[in-house]
Amino acid sequence: MKIKILLLILIGGVFFTGVLLAGEAKLREDPEIKERFKHLATELRCLKCQNQSIWDSKAGLADDLRKQIKTQIYAGKTDDQIVDYMVDRYGDFVRFKPAIDKKNIFLWVGPFIFLIVGGLLLVRYVKVRRDQTEEDNDSMSEADRLRAQAILDLDETVNKGGDK
Amino acid sequence: MSRRILPISVIVLVVVLLGFFYKGLSLDPKLLPSVLIDKPAPSFTLPQLHNASLSFSPEEMKGKVWLLNVWASWCAACRSEHPLFMRLARQGDFPLYGLNYKDKVVDAKQWLRELGDPYKISISDLEGNVGIDFGVYGVPETFLIDKEGIIRYKHVGPISRKDWREIIEPKMKELEG
Repeated sequence: MKIKILLLILIGGVFFTGVLLAGEAKLREDPEIKERFKHLATELRCLKCQNQSIWDSKAGLADDLRKQIKTQIYAGKTDDQIVDYMVDRYGDFVRFKPAIDKKNIFLWVGPFIFLIVGGLLLVRYVKVRRDQTEEDNDSMSEADRLRAQAILDLDETVNKGGDK
Repeated sequence: MSRRILPISVIVLVVVLLGFFYKGLSLDPKLLPSVLIDKPAPSFTLPQLHNASLSFSPEEMKGKVWLLNVWASWCAACRSEHPLFMRLARQGDFPLYGLNYKDKVVDAKQWLRELGDPYKISISDLEGNVGIDFGVYGVPETFLIDKEGIIRYKHVGPISRKDWREIIEPKMKELEG
């Protein structure tokens, strides 16, 4: 009888551990979590070797931060919460794509402002030039036209004369 | 008149951009501004290096202006600021507290035995978790914390005599006021 109970406990124990391990493995292999982890780790900068992401870097700090990301994913934190956690400690620089805020709004909008202002200046410049050329064309007086014609006629006679 | 606007605005733009480049390119990209300046120092409780049964937490330091120096025995640059700390500690009451970051207790103790121990208390952050809370990215780093427990200044890299004389000492005096 005692042996039977012990055996039952043993088998139960083995089975239970198996279920636990399977659950753990499933969590670690979960492609969605893996994808989230990769996404977060590639979007955050390693502060030690600044042009590498936490995903790429071999620095000790990157290692710690990778662990930190994993822990927080398992703890049920959202992506935004994890990014905020990093920004609170290391500043906006930790993100490869910083959020738009008061301090950096000019960097985001600036190029478009330059494009629009430049485009407007260009349009105006071209228009002014075109108006001027048109004005120049119209401004020829009758006397000027006759003089020009006379010069052209003369030129023609001279050329003909030269041929003979 | 309108013909001049274009060349003038181009020249102004180039000058402004050159100004930005001059300023931007002469900054050290390794020095990151800390987001913790003027914020309360993160709270923690960690064992002391020399006696792990005793703990330390920054709350104990309320009412004092103090320095938290993050160091490690594996950190080569820490050796270059160490003689200055030793001198200041010998000269008098120097409120320097050491956060031994991602180190082995044995190595850290050995290092202090060899080079001298300028710290009032050394704290063990073996996992580096407190380091993360303080936004530490390059050892050594030193935080200046005021009487209310607010971080007033952060120095990244070894502190030179000049840094001490011109920046940190005046700031400490001002905070002690």
